[in-house]
Amino acid sequence: MAASSPRNPPPLRGAENQDPLSEMADEDSDEGEDIFVGNSNPVAESFQPDTANGEEPADLFSEEETSTAVNSSITTFKSNGVHSDNENDLFAEVSVELSMENPSTTAKTSGAEFTPSLTLSATQPRSMEQLEEEKDEDSFDMDVAVTNPEKIGDGMNAYMAYKVSTRTTLPMFRNRTFSVWRRFSDFLGLYEKLSVKHSLNGCIIPPPPEKSVVGMTKVKVGKEDSSSADFVERRRAALERYLQRVVCHPSLLQDPDVREFLERDELPRAVGTHTLSGAGFLKMINRASDAVSKMTIKISYSDAWFDNKLQEVESEDLQLRKLHAVVDSLVNHRKELCGNTAVFAKSMAMLGNSEDNTALSRALSQLAEVEDKMETLHQEQAASDFFILAELLADYIRLLGAVRGCFEQRMKTWQRWQEAQSTLQKKREVEAKLLWANKPDKLQQAKEEITEWEGKVTQYERDFDRISVTVRKEFLRFEKEKSKDFKSQIVKYLESLLQSQQRLVMFWEAFLPEAKAIA
Amino acid sequence: MMQEGLDDGPDFLSEEDRGPRAVNVDLQTDATLQVDISDALSERDKVKFTVHTKSTLPNFKQNEFSVVRQHEEFIWLHDSFVENEEYAGYIIPPAPPRPDFDASREKLQKLGEGEGSMTKEEFTKMKQELEAEYLAIFKKTVAMHEVFLCRVAAHPVLRKDMNFHVFLEYNQDLSVRGKNKREKMEDFFKNVVKSADGVLVAGVKDVDDFFEHEKTFLLEYHNRVKDASSKSDRMIRSHKSVADDINRIASTLYTLGTQDSTDVCKFFLKVSELFEKTRKIEARVAADEDLKLADLLKYYLRESQAAKDLLYRRGRALVDYENANKALDKARAKNKDVLQAETSQQVCCQKFEKISESAKQELIDFKTRRVAAFRKNLVELAELELKHAKGNLQLLQSCVGVLKGDT
Repeated sequence: MAASSPRNPPPLRGAENQDPLSEMADEDSDEGEDIFVGNSNPVAESFQPDTANGEEPADLFSEEETSTAVNSSITTFKSNGVHSDNENDLFAEVSVELSMENPSTTAKTSGAEFTPSLTLSATQPRSMEQLEEEKDEDSFDMDVAVTNPEKIGDGMNAYMAYKVSTRTTLPMFRNRTFSVWRRFSDFLGLYEKLSVKHSLNGCIIPPPPEKSVVGMTKVKVGKEDSSSADFVERRRAALERYLQRVVCHPSLLQDPDVREFLERDELPRAVGTHTLSGAGFLKMINRASDAVSKMTIKISYSDAWFDNKLQEVESEDLQLRKLHAVVDSLVNHRKELCGNTAVFAKSMAMLGNSEDNTALSRALSQLAEVEDKMETLHQEQAASDFFILAELLADYIRLLGAVRGCFEQRMKTWQRWQEAQSTLQKKREVEAKLLWANKPDKLQQAKEEITEWEGKVTQYERDFDRISVTVRKEFLRFEKEKSKDFKSQIVKYLESLLQSQQRLVMFWEAFLPEAKAIA
Repeated sequence: MMQEGLDDGPDFLSEEDRGPRAVNVDLQTDATLQVDISDALSERDKVKFTVHTKSTLPNFKQNEFSVVRQHEEFIWLHDSFVENEEYAGYIIPPAPPRPDFDASREKLQKLGEGEGSMTKEEFTKMKQELEAEYLAIFKKTVAMHEVFLCRVAAHPVLRKDMNFHVFLEYNQDLSVRGKNKREKMEDFFKNVVKSADGVLVAGVKDVDDFFEHEKTFLLEYHNRVKDASSKSDRMIRSHKSVADDINRIASTLYTLGTQDSTDVCKFFLKVSELFEKTRKIEARVAADEDLKLADLLKYYLRESQAAKDLLYRRGRALVDYENANKALDKARAKNKDVLQAETSQQVCCQKFEKISESAKQELIDFKTRRVAAFRKNLVELAELELKHAKGNLQLLQSCVGVLKGDT
């Protein structure tokens, strides 16, 4: 694996920081949505996507953090208890790492100038899209981690509590580092609250991980085997990615519910989540979208862009599902290979015992040991396959569902506007009839209604325009994040493959002289 | 005794493989008899092997000649050795397994039926895969038939066998039909009787330490080789499945990559290309493991069985000898048919001693051959695994370097 030695921090640009910073700050001050978040915590549990940054394309820091994350993640992968230390240590490590590079705040805000070519494009917006993209280049330090799954209670009323730790320099939080304990239903509750508030605006709200009755029951019942440990780890990692995506989202981060979720010690128990999970909500959205698509819809000027994007999303969804199925198959086959290798190793050892030529017997035993080591290798690789690749795909399949929901929201808004227009038309017809029939009192009422509906039409049109802008912006942001996510995760995965091969070379190199020594 | 490893065998997937490969017969000091399979043809339900002989022995009409033989004729030859009392004291080289293309053919057929449900690229790819698989199985069966012939040719006694010479030289069909149902049933019963008898015979404790040790050793060894052989097969099958999955991942990534020309799509294309290459290597790893490990174990499963058979025959001869002794004592006691008993006792004694003598040497040679074959194959296995792992490593390193450089 390529050595990920910390780079020497570039010379601290004290004064130079001010100008680009203030320039961008000016652009920022217009809208509240420009507070962006920094990199994900690299030392926190393994296999996180670098979703947490909406920063500039110079991913030098995220690169480094990714590779260090891979280092720590390979070794700490199985240990949930890595963060059973004090929460302070969690971030202490992080801050140490970050100090080896640039201090993150200045680094990220000066990120644009770190690669001069990008700075130029950043400060000269040419189109609306570019404008939207550069606002992402601002970033503030914000890291969240989900760690220390603990079982609280016993029997069927037991539940897992997770520690949610935040580290931030954002002024809107009371402290810089803090943590709270949350349970799974709290996460679902957060999602629900956010959906209710924001999905109507066309925001892409990251969906939480799905409920699993089977998985949780095993945990509750206290089955201490590897499958329930796997389940807990899988859920913990998924919850962490979920939170990171939420805080990465500029508008959602501003939401007081999010703040409350992160900060408040005792959260009121979320109700109704036992019936409504992320998946259920998505199903509702999907049903609605089906209904809407069945109605005939007039094509308006910007629909071409939206139609294209929706189509892209749908075909991508198809491919991702296909890919996910194959990766699943790979995970299973690798687990099978792992088991078969173990069994083979044992039978080789037995054969070595029977063999009466001493040198050959020894060599066969050595071969058995090599195969044993391969078994471990396969097991770890299968875990990589799953946690890096399969979960990434699963996340994005769910996210694409949310994106579709978003587009459908826009359609509904358009629908509402169109319906208002036709209602207005009808009211006008009524007015005309009344004029003809000469009924002055009813006429007055009709005129009032017309005014009311004219107001509504204008309102709905404005709503539609607004949601179109939001959806468009959200989509572009989503695409960018997705691109980054995929790239970093796949590179991480390839690096895990690389490590496997290196170990393989080591094993066989050790064995070869043994084989040659047979006489 | 000539050494015969499990061939320098055709490295099925190596680029240098061209045509026939004579098996490496290490210690052959005289080239008076060299046999190889120079060609093979696969027809619908049979394989035709061209057996090519080079010999300076006087019994042959020419110095170099070829005949075409089918699997059944090999079996006939093998069985004739087994049934020949003169060869009771030798390890009869195990018969080659029947060429089995059923599984491969079935897969090709299924592929043909499913042609409509996949893209053209996928179909062509899978077809190539299956054809390569078919070719590999084909080469393997040729190698196994060849090894059998070479073992016979290397054996100082068996190489002189008349049937063997007929097999090599007679350029017409040997009219050896495969066993019909009745004969197969007879074989089955013969085997049942033999194994029951084998148990009885094995129970007789041998005076000779060497043979007693060999008996215990071979029994255990045979069972463990059997176990190792089946486990290795299963492991290699899983390995092939993994390679297949990587293949499908590469295809799907390719489709994703061709949807657009964005950054991420280009990324997908590069990764898809990488997976294409790594899975080829993975497939070769599985194939090499099959060749160097699984086939080795399978062969020694068969050879250890042949050695067990030898011990059984010797054991049988011992029991016969002891019975003849008892009969002689009885005859002498009763003073009836003494001469007859004496002759029969003599015969049994001679038979037993003849077998014992050659058996000892055979078993020692078996050990030498086995150790050499394992050494050769294990070394080659390790070298190939290293080669492939390093190849994979290089691919991954360069790809990761490119991908990271892009971002």
